[in-house]
Amino acid sequence: MTLLLEQLLNGLQFGVMLFLLAAGLTLIFGIMGVINLAHGSLYMVGAYAGTWVAAQTGSFWLGIPAALGAAALTGVAIEALVVRRLYARDHLDQVLATFAILLMANQLVTLIFGRQPLYTAMPEALSGSVELLPGLFYPPYRLAIIAVGLLVALGLWALINRTRIGMLVRAGSTNREMVRALGVDIRLLYTVVFGLGALLAGLAGFISGPVMAVQVGMGEQILLSTFVVVVIGGVGSIRGAFVASLALGVIDTCLRAYLPGLLRQVMAGPEADALGIGISSMGIYLLMAIVLLVKPKGLFAGNG
Amino acid sequence: MADIDLTHGAQAPGRAPLLRALAALVVLAALPTLASALGYPALTSLVTRILIYGIAAASLNFILGYGGLVSFGHAAFFGIGGYVVGILYQNYSDETLFLGLVPGSNQMLITLPAAVLVAGAFAAVIGALSLRTGGVQFIMITLAFAQMLFFLFVSLKAYGGDDGLIIRRTNELPGLNMRDKEVVYYVCLGIAALFFAGLARLIRSPFGNVLNGLRQNERRMVALGVAPYRYRLVAFVLSGMGAGLAGALMANFLRFVSPDMMHWTKSGELLIMVILGGVGTLFGPLIGAAAYLVLETLLASWTEYWQLGLGLVLLFVVMRARGGVRALIVALGALLPGRQK
Amino acid sequence: MKTSLRAALMLTALGAALPAFAADPVKIGMITTLSGPAGYLGADIRDGFALAMKDGTLGGVPVELMVEDDALKPGQGRQIAERFMTNEDVKLFTGIVFSNVAGATVPDIVDNGGFYVSANAAPSNMAGEECHENYFAIAWQNDSLHESGGLVANELGYENAFILAPNYQAGKDALTGFKRTFKGEIAGEIYTRLDQTDFAAEMAQIRAANPAMVYQFHPGGLGIAFMRQYQQAGLLGTIPMVVSEPSLDAVILKAVGDAALGINVGSHWNADFDNEANKTFVAAWEQAYGADRPITTYAEQGYEVGLLYASALEATGGDIADEDAFREALRAADFASPRGNFSFGPNQHPVEDWFALEVVAGPDGTPMLQTKSKVVENYGDFYSEDCQM
Repeated sequence: MTLLLEQLLNGLQFGVMLFLLAAGLTLIFGIMGVINLAHGSLYMVGAYAGTWVAAQTGSFWLGIPAALGAAALTGVAIEALVVRRLYARDHLDQVLATFAILLMANQLVTLIFGRQPLYTAMPEALSGSVELLPGLFYPPYRLAIIAVGLLVALGLWALINRTRIGMLVRAGSTNREMVRALGVDIRLLYTVVFGLGALLAGLAGFISGPVMAVQVGMGEQILLSTFVVVVIGGVGSIRGAFVASLALGVIDTCLRAYLPGLLRQVMAGPEADALGIGISSMGIYLLMAIVLLVKPKGLFAGNG
Repeated sequence: MADIDLTHGAQAPGRAPLLRALAALVVLAALPTLASALGYPALTSLVTRILIYGIAAASLNFILGYGGLVSFGHAAFFGIGGYVVGILYQNYSDETLFLGLVPGSNQMLITLPAAVLVAGAFAAVIGALSLRTGGVQFIMITLAFAQMLFFLFVSLKAYGGDDGLIIRRTNELPGLNMRDKEVVYYVCLGIAALFFAGLARLIRSPFGNVLNGLRQNERRMVALGVAPYRYRLVAFVLSGMGAGLAGALMANFLRFVSPDMMHWTKSGELLIMVILGGVGTLFGPLIGAAAYLVLETLLASWTEYWQLGLGLVLLFVVMRARGGVRALIVALGALLPGRQK
Repeated sequence: MKTSLRAALMLTALGAALPAFAADPVKIGMITTLSGPAGYLGADIRDGFALAMKDGTLGGVPVELMVEDDALKPGQGRQIAERFMTNEDVKLFTGIVFSNVAGATVPDIVDNGGFYVSANAAPSNMAGEECHENYFAIAWQNDSLHESGGLVANELGYENAFILAPNYQAGKDALTGFKRTFKGEIAGEIYTRLDQTDFAAEMAQIRAANPAMVYQFHPGGLGIAFMRQYQQAGLLGTIPMVVSEPSLDAVILKAVGDAALGINVGSHWNADFDNEANKTFVAAWEQAYGADRPITTYAEQGYEVGLLYASALEATGGDIADEDAFREALRAADFASPRGNFSFGPNQHPVEDWFALEVVAGPDGTPMLQTKSKVVENYGDFYSEDCQM
């Protein structure tokens, strides 16, 4: 029972990480119609900038503003210099341009920081593990990640439903032309959304540092899962991204943890393990295919 | 989300392109001799790769440029084609039966059609499901199926898993010495020529017109009594078969297949080739494949930071040249003579 | 017409951009992985090899080292090899890090009369039936890595082990190799995913199984994440861990930090080995690249390939046209290896000693690898009997 609870927490934590990335991606996708392959690079930029500052100053907490700032600035720069000129173009041109940025970002990070993965220290206050329930030990750092993710979700909800920018964002994701026709400075809105998405990606990158590896190419791995989240949730829908992130996080974790065991009931151990993990690798894609076959626009498609 | 709208109009090839194609064929036919005479025999194998990727990219372009469907999973069919050749070869050399039913083979006249058919069968299943969606969702669902196949082949220990399958000898064709790389080149060139001739006819056929019409104005075509789903599915299957053919040739050329062939980055590379060369043009994907591979080879031999250069050039092309490769050729043409030693 | 002419011109220019040099220096083609997360592996092999060269010579023979990035793509490696062989007439090769790239590239090289000395990748098929007289592996046969892990675990006296590796060929081989020599029981066996960065689910399973020890194989970034999370889950210090050297090279050790303290490693070499050849190597590395740059097992591999080629070139006076003589010179492996005892077995893979290392706090508190004991002597591999040369 405690094991199941622990796995659910793990799934939740993985889910909120996905959400931090997916929130920005789904807005950029939904409002500007841009398929941003460079979103994973922003995750990497945040991780490297934050980790570097944290190592130089010796303070994990100073790394946070550095990560947010670097990722947001990079995002705004990418929007202003490249993506803005491509809004009127074909989606495919945007794919090509953001792919080019992805290639360059990887190589620039290699040039600046070297090929070796970076070391990231864990904040003292959050290291070790705490006993949540009798027999259920859990690292407080992961609990903090869950808390941060849920806070961001709450903040985004408030931003989108309670502010003028949020109103424009909502309008933009349902009817782009209408917003433009109303005389709103759509260019500024686009830049703000892109910057916000980048900021969240940078945050995700930095807080993942002490848990995972800060290395070149770290963004690509998680990018695909993020796209899956966005599409399952419905393009442009923050709510969809939230639900899909958490669902995917939990399902993915549980498949990995329990499928081999279930298969072992019906076949020999090693084969069951290999097959189980093979199927669980496919799990999120299978889930996406099934969702799209039932609801071709995703779970919470806001637009027609 | 609006459906993918392609600004580049699909062009039906006229007489002048035909002449140009013939001229290119002559140059390509003379290439191995030329390459040896110049002392750069490796050019031949670079061009072999270009032809093979050209076939795969042109197949993708058939549904993308003419059908308006962006598939982000075409590497799956490319890989399937390769694995058919690889698995048949393994069964041939072990003298075993595939699934206890099908004997292996090392005859290209058998393996190539088999690869095309199997890739087509996979495309039929994947297409039938994927075509129920559209737009961005279509991009992602094709990616999803490709990823599933990728992970399947990574887990298949019998076929080398992640390490892939080594094919010791290139498939045989009666009367030809397939161990000679020039012969392999001419075989690929011949198949590519046939493929593009067939593709040109297909595009100008009534079927091609309907497909093109569906992309431009689906409602009008439906009003004319066309069933979009069926046409698109057939186009998707044909496109998958083309990619399978390319994969089978690649397996023969590399004498090696691995799940790397169906990785999502490979699907991305095929897309980039199509975009570089010009969406919805007959030879665009071939030119795009050439541009991409030549660029990659050149940059990689100059600097280990070649990906930075590749990114810059791609960005330049997309920003300045509106997705066409012509500007790239001009830019490179201006750059290259200066590097001659 | 104009376009195709342009294209033809471009192709000519492309050829010309890859100049053919006068035939004087012996060319060595290094195909290795320099980009992506595994980029440091290739960079270390390259930089280690460079240390074996003296003023552009190996064994007194002028050489030209040509390095290209395979980007971990089998097709790319194959293409580079072909270009090196046909355009540049390169006969001597090395450098490939990953088995899948080696699988696509090496057969083509040795079938065409080239020599290949593998720095890192040494898959089982190339050690057994498909062995080749022109193919040498300098560091190990892949399985030996994990067989040594099993031997280390035996030496430490653990009765059962929980084992984990990614679900790909090298991962499966790793667990098979470990089980081959480990005498205890297997408390649990998990395959992780190749695209996985979060191991929390596995940590929970390990804790639930409460084994005597954990053996895991997760090279590169996967390993960093695994060991960090092992510590964060509170397992470090509770359940001992044994790994093989690719899971804890000096770069990973630096990135993992304190989370690696107390981990046991099976290894064929370590920077603290007390022999002249190794002292020379470590000093040369620190002088060339600074004491800050971690010195990895990949650097040692590259360096030893350099030493091996140097010894053979010296013995033949730089003549590689006489293939048989050159092959004999390579087989002799007539050089002082930094790892100490080393020779080639019948399948031209190493026969060497394996050691148990442990991560301890160094003089300044940073974790370092310390050699504890020798676990086996003159160890070859299981596949050599299948090799008919």
